[in-house]
Amino acid sequence: MSAMKKVLSTVAVAATMAAAGTAANAEDMRIALVVKALGIGFFEAAAKGAEEAAAELGDTEIIYTGPTDTTAEGQIEVINSLIAQGVDAIAISANDPDALVPSLKKAMQRGITVISWDSGVAEEGRQMHLNPSSTELIGNTILKLAADHMPDGGDVAILSASATATNQNAWIEAAKAVLPNYPGVNLVSTVYGDDLSDKSYREAQGLMATYPDLKAIIAPTTVGILASCQAVTDEGKIGQVNVTGLGLPSEMAGCVGSGATTSFAIWNPIDLGYAATYIAHELAAGNAVAEAGASIPMGRIGDVMLDDTNSGAMSDPFTYDASNIEDFKSIF
Amino acid sequence: MLKRLVTSREAILLGAIVVLLGLIATRFPAFVAPANLANVFNDTSPLILLALGQMVVILTKCIDLSVAANLALSGMVVSMLNVVAPGVPVPVILVVAVGLGTLMGMFNGLLVWKVSIPPIVVTLGTMTIYRGIIFLISNGKWVNSHEMSPAFKAFPRAAFLGLPVLSWIAIFAVIAFFVLMTRTTLGRAFYAVGGHPHAAVYAGINVGRTQFWAYTLSGALAGLTGYLWVSRYAVAYVDIAGGFELTVVAACVIGGISIAGGLGSVGGALLGALFLGVVSNALPVINVSPFWQLAISGGAIIIAVAFNAQANRTKGRVILKSAEHAA
Repeated sequence: MSAMKKVLSTVAVAATMAAAGTAANAEDMRIALVVKALGIGFFEAAAKGAEEAAAELGDTEIIYTGPTDTTAEGQIEVINSLIAQGVDAIAISANDPDALVPSLKKAMQRGITVISWDSGVAEEGRQMHLNPSSTELIGNTILKLAADHMPDGGDVAILSASATATNQNAWIEAAKAVLPNYPGVNLVSTVYGDDLSDKSYREAQGLMATYPDLKAIIAPTTVGILASCQAVTDEGKIGQVNVTGLGLPSEMAGCVGSGATTSFAIWNPIDLGYAATYIAHELAAGNAVAEAGASIPMGRIGDVMLDDTNSGAMSDPFTYDASNIEDFKSIF
Repeated sequence: MLKRLVTSREAILLGAIVVLLGLIATRFPAFVAPANLANVFNDTSPLILLALGQMVVILTKCIDLSVAANLALSGMVVSMLNVVAPGVPVPVILVVAVGLGTLMGMFNGLLVWKVSIPPIVVTLGTMTIYRGIIFLISNGKWVNSHEMSPAFKAFPRAAFLGLPVLSWIAIFAVIAFFVLMTRTTLGRAFYAVGGHPHAAVYAGINVGRTQFWAYTLSGALAGLTGYLWVSRYAVAYVDIAGGFELTVVAACVIGGISIAGGLGSVGGALLGALFLGVVSNALPVINVSPFWQLAISGGAIIIAVAFNAQANRTKGRVILKSAEHAA
């Protein structure tokens, strides 16, 4: 599919160029958007944003690619092939913070601009990292979403992706850090569904069996939140156990409709893909330098400020509930 | 003698499951409540269905690594069909799912039979092809719960005599396969082809065609499970049941089905699947670190294979070898 998209975008770019008659400017900037795995709605939406940024910037070709399963090995192969193709920039959402460093270093040695977004790479493996939002803010948001709907407090549990997922772990740590701000909310367990619908479903069932008084399941992952929602529905515990966390409106519409989920949050993946592409373009074109304290433009979204580790946050996560889900479910 | 051995193997496995349940009960008593055990069985039903198909394939000295991909593709096709035409009744959906799965199984079978490609290579290839086709037809998009019609989602959950339809399908399949394997010529041919292919040829059995039928059966079950899977979890996307083919093979191996072919039983496949089902359902409730879960599942497989090797040794291969040398 990615190959087809590539062909299509190449054709589109060629057509635009022919129309504009800018044959002299044949050297398009090629930016590779590498995702955790193809076929995940969130990343498909990010790719849309990347295309939007490319159209705005002009003379830019997006190569949307990634492995077919969420492994670091798969991403290393993808990176190696991108190095061989001689792309201008790589913007990656990493499956592992450390495993990808050697390949990405190699890419940077060949003059390729490397940034990470969404799920980060260790500092030496990228020029900068774009967080969708700040880790602290997300940690606080997912806990708040659960706490808001349990005025008397009670037990909550977290259902994450894999036990080694960089971003999920950071959010969970941040959520635990702000736990004292929510008196009465008792985090009883953290379980891992590995982003597989069957395993996540089983883990959610296990949570409900182990903690009969459970009030909320917080799943900061799109597969996990859907599976938990289905498990809660099948157990007949709608209204008793509130499923919340991070999900996509198009996927969560059913859960919000049935009442299994009162509200959930996500940043806008279209904006994220757009911002990552914009930054990669500015860095590769030499319009900006990735260094501590630098401010890099992200087009319509504003500027990102880099901290000591060369990472910056895009924006706050946005809360979706019954009042706005209808508007967003057709977008992403 | 062989029959006694097989029976005792199954008895050992049954004993292991009972001991396992006892151990779990000491940490989480509610796990062994009848209602929960029924839930565990229901949750294991897809694995049982696939393990039955895989058993037949393994018996004929082949392996089917494409079952999970076949499941995912069949599931995606019926989900998309349901989105386009929500009015299509469930029986038609079932026919489409089983039919599509059967075709994919036949494709595997033909490659093994007519083109004589090693089974592991064929199914590794088709595994990737089937997953790739899901990308092509879905464009990487998900089919979500609210897009599926209520009837589509309700079928496997509908209760009949206290058990969900999903469980009944598994029970029915176990009985049907028991009859097939023990009472029909085709069933006995599966054993003959795997046990001693040369002798099977002399007995007038077409080895390739028997393997073709094994793949066809496995494909049909994978297609059926595809529909049940997407409607149970109310979501269809490219990666559903990712890596599940290995769980299915593991269930067969634990159930005492010899990877070398020709040895194994329906009861073994059922118990092997149940063993893994109990482990995967128990681990979340007994608070075992996720890092240990994989190691525990792996440990169970190694122990089962060790048992298998032991069982094969007592079969008296040594005598056959010396006979070969003499000849």
